[in-house]
Amino acid sequence: MTLEELVKVIDATVVTGHEKLTAKIRGVYVSDLLSDVIGHAQEGQVWLTIQTHTNVVAVALLLNLAAIIFTAGATPDGETVTKAQNEGIVLLTTALSTYETAGRLYRNQQ
Amino acid sequence: MSQPRVLLEIPVEGNNFTTAGEAASRVKRTLQKLGIDSALIRRVSIATYEAEMNIVIHAEYGKIVLQVDAGGVTVLAEDRGKGIPDLNQAMTAGFSTASDRARAMGFGAGMGLPNIKKCTDQLEIDTQVNVGTKVVMKFTYPTTS
Repeated sequence: MTLEELVKVIDATVVTGHEKLTAKIRGVYVSDLLSDVIGHAQEGQVWLTIQTHTNVVAVALLLNLAAIIFTAGATPDGETVTKAQNEGIVLLTTALSTYETAGRLYRNQQ
Repeated sequence: MSQPRVLLEIPVEGNNFTTAGEAASRVKRTLQKLGIDSALIRRVSIATYEAEMNIVIHAEYGKIVLQVDAGGVTVLAEDRGKGIPDLNQAMTAGFSTASDRARAMGFGAGMGLPNIKKCTDQLEIDTQVNVGTKVVMKFTYPTTS
């Protein structure tokens, strides 16, 4: 699935990275513990979290994640958005719960 | 073996969560420019990020130093801070002394040092209570087959 398709599947809003939506995603990782994410998420995955502070951008950058998806209506800080813009990280938001978001992505795999 | 070359020396500020992660990002970018194996870069990036976060969460200030030589990559994380009273306990997955603020941000899961151990080929930790901690992380280049 491409990020563009994913946006439709989970009714997401694109906050940053409009130019990168044609990228294919290589999986999904769900966690709010940064050490868990940094240790286990893989390149090209999208990351579902409710953590919105700037440090999530550093994690996504280090792991070459395809996007960060803020679930359950969580919205990133202004600083997080600026940093993501500067570093070329895709940020998406969705009002869906983490469970619903993950469920829809699981159902629409490939 | 050639003399180690210091490529970066980056100061890290304790308790500054805004810039946290930048040292690890710079280390990663530098290694990418050198054309180093991407799996190795991933291991170095993860370990460096965790070591950097440990300074931010637990210490007053410190630095991250990146060195390369013919055998591999070495990252040194050195800080002035409270030190680690019980290293065995600190190495245990799930054990953490991080502040509530850090935990609310998703840090302090007690996975930092275990993550570092998993990613390094050689790990040395030298710590003294109320003085500071020095972590030396060595990563060996993959052998070409």
